[in-house]
Parts: sequence; C-alpha cells; structure tokens
Amino acid sequence: MLVARYVISRVLHTLPVLIGVTLFTFLAIQFVPGDPIRIMTRGHVSDAEVAAIYDRLGMNRPLAIQYGSFIVKAATGDLGESIIQNAPVSELVGEKIAPTMWLLGMGTFLSIIIALPLSLLAAAWPDSAFDHTVRTASMIGFAMPPFWIGLLLILGFGLHLGWLPISGYGDGFLGHFTHMILPGLTIAFFLAPILIQSLRASLLDALDADHIEVARSRGVPEWRIYLKHALRNALLPTLTVLSVNISWLVSGAVVVESVFALPGLGSLLIRSVGYRDYPLIQGLALVFAVIVVAVNLIADLCNGIIDRRVLRAT
Amino acid sequence: MKTEVATPGVLERIAREVGSWSFTLKLGLLLMTIIIFMAVFAPWVAPFDPELQDFDVILMPPDLTHLFGTDNLGRDIFSRVIYGARLDLSAGFLMTFVPMVYGVPIGAYAGYRGGWVDMVVGSVTNMAIAFPFLVMIIVVVAVIGPGINAIFISVFLLGWTMYARLARAEMMVERTKDYMLAARVLGYPTRIIVLRHGVPNTVASSVVFSMSDFTLNILLLSGLSFIGLGIQPPTPEWGAMIADGKEFILQAWWICTMPGLAIVLTGTALSLIGDGLARRLGSRHGSAG
Repeated sequence: MLVARYVISRVLHTLPVLIGVTLFTFLAIQFVPGDPIRIMTRGHVSDAEVAAIYDRLGMNRPLAIQYGSFIVKAATGDLGESIIQNAPVSELVGEKIAPTMWLLGMGTFLSIIIALPLSLLAAAWPDSAFDHTVRTASMIGFAMPPFWIGLLLILGFGLHLGWLPISGYGDGFLGHFTHMILPGLTIAFFLAPILIQSLRASLLDALDADHIEVARSRGVPEWRIYLKHALRNALLPTLTVLSVNISWLVSGAVVVESVFALPGLGSLLIRSVGYRDYPLIQGLALVFAVIVVAVNLIADLCNGIIDRRVLRAT
Repeated sequence: MKTEVATPGVLERIAREVGSWSFTLKLGLLLMTIIIFMAVFAPWVAPFDPELQDFDVILMPPDLTHLFGTDNLGRDIFSRVIYGARLDLSAGFLMTFVPMVYGVPIGAYAGYRGGWVDMVVGSVTNMAIAFPFLVMIIVVVAVIGPGINAIFISVFLLGWTMYARLARAEMMVERTKDYMLAARVLGYPTRIIVLRHGVPNTVASSVVFSMSDFTLNILLLSGLSFIGLGIQPPTPEWGAMIADGKEFILQAWWICTMPGLAIVLTGTALSLIGDGLARRLGSRHGSAG
C-alpha cells in the first residue's frame, strides 16, 4: 500500500516536467523564422504541395488543438511523422533506441564497477596515499572531455592494441557487449569521478554514525561494517547524485555516440537538427525527456527500496 | 569576519589571507593565472597566427618550432590552443556566472520569504532542473541555428537552478539569525535585506559549486562544438579542434590530444580552486558560527 502510493506520487511528479518539455518544444518551433515546411523541403516543392503537407500534418489547425492532438497521440506512442525521412517518428526512434540504451546501461554499470571499490578503499583509509591518489585522479578525470577520452581509447585499445572494436554496434548480445566496452568506458571516465567524490564523502559520514560504533562494539567484523552498514547508508546520496547527473549523462551519450559511430538516438538527433526536421526534433525532445525522467523515477524508487523511511516522507 | 580591533595594514592582511590558503587553492590559482595570462596576451604569447596555413609543414609532430605540432592545414596547434583559451574561458565564464547572478538572488529571496513564494519558485526550479539540457539545446538550435548564441540561451535558461537551490538552502538557515532579525526590526525593505544582507552570506556554497560548474560548462561548450552544434570552424575552439583532428588520429595523434590536454588542465585548475575554496569558506563558516 505504502509502496503503491509512493510509486503513484512519484509518477505524478514527472507529469509537469513532460508537459513542460513538450509545450516548450512545441511553442519554440512556432517561433522558427520563416515557414518551417519550406525550410524543411528547402524550396524544392510547389505551393500546392506545401499546402498539402500542412494539411496532412494538421498544421493549419489552431495551436491549442495541434498541441492537444500531439499529446494525445504521443500518449499512445504516435510521435508524428518525419517529412524528410518519410517515416513515422516512433519508427525511427524505435530503430535507434537500443544502442543508446546499451550505452547508458553499460556506462552506468562500468562507472559503478570502477567507483564502488575505489571509494570503499579510499574511505577505509582516509588521507592515506591511496585516498589522495583516488581523489586526484577523480579530479583530473572530471575535467576530461568524454569525446576526447573516447578518441584516446580508440587510439590506444582499438588501433594500437587491436583488442576491442572501435566503431559500430555489432551483432548479437556478445557483439553488442564487446562493441559497447569502449563507449561505456568513455562514459565511465566522466561519471565515475562524480560517483567517487560523493560516495567517498557519504561513506565517511556514514562511518561516523552511532550505529556503526554500536556494531563495532558488538564485535561485527570490519568488512561487514563497511559492506552492510556503511555502504547501505552511503548509497542513497550516491543514487541522488546519479539521478541529478542523468541529464548530463544523456547529453554526454549523444557526443560519445558520435565518436564511436553508434547508430543511436544521438546520431538521429544530430541529423534531425542538421535537416531541421521539426516533427523529428519534437519527437526526440519528448523521448529524451522521458528517458531522463524515467531514470530519475527509477532512482527514486531504488531510494524507496533501500530506505523505507523515504516511502513515508511523501 | 570584521572582528579585527587594530586594523593591520593592507599588505599584512593580504599576506595573512594568502598564508591561510591551502596548497590546492594556491596551485589552482597559479595554474589558472598562467592560463588566463596566456589567453589575454595571446597575440604576444602565441608564436604563430592561429589561422595561418603553411602547406610546407602539414601534420608535423611536436618539435621546438611547433611545440604542439601542426594540423592538416599546417596551422600551429600551440598557437591555436592559446587562442582557443580566449574563447573557451570567456564563454565558460559567462555560462557560469551570468546564471549565478540571478540564480542566487532568486533562491535567496525564495528562502527568505518562504510560503507561497517559496513554493512557486521551488516548483519552477525543480521543473528546470528536470528539464533535460540536451532537449533545450536541440530546440534552441532548431530555432536560431547552431552557434555560441544557442548555447548561451540554453544555459541562461537552465543554468541558474543549482545556484537558486543552494542559495535557498543557505537562506533557510540564515534568515533565523540575529542580524537578519535586526535588519527586519530596523524596517529595511525586503529587497535590501535579501540583496545586501542575505546574498553575501548565502553565496559561499554557490561560489564553491561555480568552480565545477565552470569546468562542466567548458566541457559542454567543447562537446557541442565537437558534434557541430557549437563554435563553427575555422575559429580556434578546443572542442572544434579535437573534432578537426579526429580524421587524422592515426597519422597525427597530437591534433586531438593537445587541445584536450588544455581542457583537462583548465578543468583541474578550477577543481583545485573549488576544493581549496570549499575548505577556506567552510572553515570560516564554522568559526563564525
């Protein structure tokens, strides 16, 4: 009951964001100087054809009705139609969404794999040489542009050593997996430092708490204290950091896709902006907003599972 | 802060202040000073014209004449990196501190007033925080075309939110303190209380955050230029230069590597300053109580 109420309240919280994003996108496109259809078709069509496109897309209806129908259709998975690519937007997105999801998933996974042991060890021996090395490395890592890391990884692992594929998406699960290692590592270079900084700080805070002292005095082994008690309490703030940065992560993913020539939403996006394919831009804006909002939602729900007090707070 | 009874000389006070800085703060400030110096005096520091194409020295590896080598058009990469610093630093500066200038007062005001003002500001802030930056930049680029203006507009619309949130949180603590109460009892208008008394005392966490924000903004600018939505070639900009070198990465690793190192160095310097400021301001806050 508590869980259901929490989930519903969180889902309802996402609605204003989605409405805001779609409304903003929709209104902004109205401000495009000139006739969007003529810009899209680059003047290669006659007046009658332009009028026909207006008719087909329903763009001569009042704005409020256009927006309302976009929302209603979007709710059923219909994101409109790309005039330039002559295909439904949802179909174009459907073709390209898997590599992007792989990339985000792999990036987050590798970041956690890297950040977790490093911050645990750094927090176990604060102010040691290891701690200082980890903190300096994460400071430098934070300043590294993801696309630059990507190029260096391509140069090192892909071209010189020849260990890993450097571009494309591969075939089958194993193919996807190996093709995603370098792009995922690129994301991890950017994300892991942020995670390490917050995880280390919150681990140190958590280790200061009274219940840790109690556990120590009861003779709970030190490794258990770290893994069970401290880590559990340090995960909450880290999840929050992760969800705050998801918007950056998605933007980073677009750039990383371009480095590794991944056929994902990022390449679709760059193309749509280049061609000024407004229906596609509008659809992609909503898709990206949904991804960001959904990850935030998952982080919220994980918070609720890790710490049941969060459930009662809403 | 103003507890000195016998006012020591200016120089002495500066010396005492500098002496209290941590090593990270000094190192970061030193690095940043060097970088800013090179950017400001680029025409004198740079050995070559950044746009000069010399087809006799195409794709030359780094040597004593061309410290960072040359690119596919024979341009001197060291000179281009120095000129690029002008653009990346000034754009990053504006992207960070313009939103801070209105973000902090907005948050401080909401935190001071509380009630419905706080609720309205709070929901607008939350909404803007959740608004994916990528979507904003796509939409703005779709309307006005790629370039630095599109990036500025997007960042000015969304970048203030963290500052508002931080200032609000600090103001919630500050507003119950005696000096605030005193200002209110003395009948100062809210505007004065918030801007003159509140903001200076709520700005510390924003200043610390602004250093990592600065780094993120340089990364953002260079990333967008890399995918072609930001600064357009041939203007020397670090991200655009990395994009230029992408095709030649096998023959000439230095074209991509050098501008990237410039970004890493700048970002690290800013992080060091942020780290040092966090300790400096944190301790002062602690002792001032």
